[in-house]
Amino acid sequence: MQATISFTPQVGASAITQLLWLIPAVPVVASGVIALLKQPKRKTAATLAIGSLGFSLLLALIAFGHVVSGWSHGNAVRETVNFSWIRVGTTNIDLGWVLDPLSAAMLVMVCFVGLLIFIYSTGYMAHDENFTRFFCFLSLFAGAMLGVVIANSLLLLFMCWELVGLTSYLLIGFWYYKPAAAAAAKKAFLTTRVGDIFFLLGMVWLASGTGTLLFYNNGGGSMEAGALASLLGQHAAWGLTAAGAIGLLIFCGAAGKSGQFPLHVWLPDAMEGPTPVSALIHAATMVAAGVYLIARVYPLMAAGSLLGGSTTALTVVTWVGAFTAVFAALIAIAQDDIKRILAYSTISQLGYMMAGLGMGGVAVGMFHLITHAFFKALLFMGAGSVIHGCHEEQNIRKMGGLKSDMPLTFVTYAAGMLALCGVPIFAGFWSKDGILEAGSHWSVSKGPVALLVFGAMLTAFYMTRQVVYVFFGHWRGHKPAHESPAVMTIPLAILAFFAFVLGLFGTPAWPWFQGFVSGREAPLEIRGLFESNVLLVMGESIGFVFVGIVLAWWLYGGKSPKPDTPDVLEKAAPLPWAWLRNRLYIDEIYGVTFIAFYAWWARVADWCDRRVWGGAVSGVAIIFRGWAQLNRLLDANVVDGTFDKGCEELSTGGGLLSRVQSGQVQAYLRWLAFAVVVLAVILIWSSRA
Amino acid sequence: MGHVTALQGYLLLAALLFAIGLAGALTRRNAILVLIGIELMLNAANLNLIAFWRYGPHPEALTGMMFAIFSIAVAAAEAAVGLGLVIHIYRFTQTTDLDQMNRMKG
Repeated sequence: MQATISFTPQVGASAITQLLWLIPAVPVVASGVIALLKQPKRKTAATLAIGSLGFSLLLALIAFGHVVSGWSHGNAVRETVNFSWIRVGTTNIDLGWVLDPLSAAMLVMVCFVGLLIFIYSTGYMAHDENFTRFFCFLSLFAGAMLGVVIANSLLLLFMCWELVGLTSYLLIGFWYYKPAAAAAAKKAFLTTRVGDIFFLLGMVWLASGTGTLLFYNNGGGSMEAGALASLLGQHAAWGLTAAGAIGLLIFCGAAGKSGQFPLHVWLPDAMEGPTPVSALIHAATMVAAGVYLIARVYPLMAAGSLLGGSTTALTVVTWVGAFTAVFAALIAIAQDDIKRILAYSTISQLGYMMAGLGMGGVAVGMFHLITHAFFKALLFMGAGSVIHGCHEEQNIRKMGGLKSDMPLTFVTYAAGMLALCGVPIFAGFWSKDGILEAGSHWSVSKGPVALLVFGAMLTAFYMTRQVVYVFFGHWRGHKPAHESPAVMTIPLAILAFFAFVLGLFGTPAWPWFQGFVSGREAPLEIRGLFESNVLLVMGESIGFVFVGIVLAWWLYGGKSPKPDTPDVLEKAAPLPWAWLRNRLYIDEIYGVTFIAFYAWWARVADWCDRRVWGGAVSGVAIIFRGWAQLNRLLDANVVDGTFDKGCEELSTGGGLLSRVQSGQVQAYLRWLAFAVVVLAVILIWSSRA
Repeated sequence: MGHVTALQGYLLLAALLFAIGLAGALTRRNAILVLIGIELMLNAANLNLIAFWRYGPHPEALTGMMFAIFSIAVAAAEAAVGLGLVIHIYRFTQTTDLDQMNRMKG
């Protein structure tokens, strides 16, 4: 077995593709440098982190420009740099990175949103004593996430994916001295690990089925026609092809990371981390990694679909996504913690993305991912600003009237909220509309689209409820609130701008983004907006959103109830409220099933350890102890006795011999003379003979 | 036995000298006298060397003479060392009686 590492870039990739590895590498290196800094070096740490991500953003923009220019010249860019990482015998394990529209768009989004959140963090974390550690983790996270984005190999993606999981753990548990934060970090780590096991299985299966983990490799990659055809030829259980089965296994990993039901439980708890972390990781980037993964392996998921049809894998993705969208939106209605509402909203929106991927393909899902990243980061940072302004208060029932105290936060938050609700013109409207429209064409079932439309109404409802509680009415807290510093509000304003305009790049009239991602032309056609089907879906979604907003406004507007009085809905329907309030008891169900099972299993293992294995070990110990006793007896009596006797004899003999050494010179001389005489006699005798 | 040759005469003389020296070295208590006895024994050996050379097959080669001179030189050095030791021991013990010098016994 001989393992070698070699690096041979493929000829033909452009300069920016050759340099693409710098985008994740620079933040990772910055994180390493920050890790060596001392605690008081706050400014250096922040400068390094922000500078490195700014550099990555610059490179990402150049890469994006390269892809766009290639696309405008009529060829879809997909450039890869692959190299052999480990060679064992005849088997190569290859890694590499890829620059295509998907990764380019994602790179720009992650760098840009990440950079704004970094800047915002300098304000939000200004009073934290572990400021440098925070930026170290943030930088490492950004590098790992960018690594996920550029990976051209499922293995490299998986490695970065795990790094992302690790930094997520570190950042959720950043305030580790709070027991809730430590528990949340552990929960997030373990829950995503459940999905990752399946991901790993899928990866191993893919590697054994196709012989490579590279996505694209000049026709030899696992996402290209040859490998897919061979995977389609292999049959797995339950009528699935190998492609479908691997796709579903990978989807389990994505569901863990993207908080899809039933692995969503960690995401709301992850809100224990600092708010910029929630914005960066649990809204804009990490949770989107799951969606991105599905977009990356989309050819695998879609392999074998008939024209206009769907595959089993995509159908599962769609149903899970649609169900999660409604399920999480329902729970969000009954929450009081400003960040938890947003967390459930994130789960719900990730469900939309998954359903969008399942029904409409990569472009539809990715467009919602990008717009959502902007407005959800905005909402989280807005929430952070509110929490900061309200002296670490997170309960929306104890806020109110912040409209006048925090005008900048209010305006930007409102932009984010309108985008999330899907109010026309705002980004979320267009991207969500794309998903609904794709759903209306979906031939398998109309169920998901109905769920998603209902979810849109719920979204409008809970967001309006939240905004009314936080910003309208009158102040119900103790100390008066204050507006946040400019370092926090300026990023909010920038994100709000994008939450407003970003959707214009993907309208039915000008599907620029969709064309870009799928490598088609995207002409500007105003009449695309007025096709009957498009108008119908739009009208439907606008109508439902309107109903949601009006309903919430009617129930909550202008009331400003005391924090300890029951919610309006609680009075109307106490039982369903309690169910929603307690997150549909999912955590409790896990508590009495999986966790109880594991606790029981741990007790069994403990008993085995103590009795069975422990007993065996003590038995062996007793045998050896007896053996040792026997040895000791032998030693003391037989061996030692013999030895002692020998020593005594030697000592006596020595004593006798020492008599000869009398110290009398003449005695020695006498011996000599005697010996000479004896020698002379012998000589004479022998000469005679 | 018939008459005695010159060599035999010298050898007898040397044997006599050796016996006298040995008797002196063994019987005297005084360290100086023991040294003198040892010198006598050495000179008996020297006499043998000379005699065997003079009456041997190559009396012209001077080898026996050289041997004897070396031996005398070594004996002189040895006598000097011996006397030095005796003086030192005398300083420590105020005696030259060998029977009392038994501190090197095993």
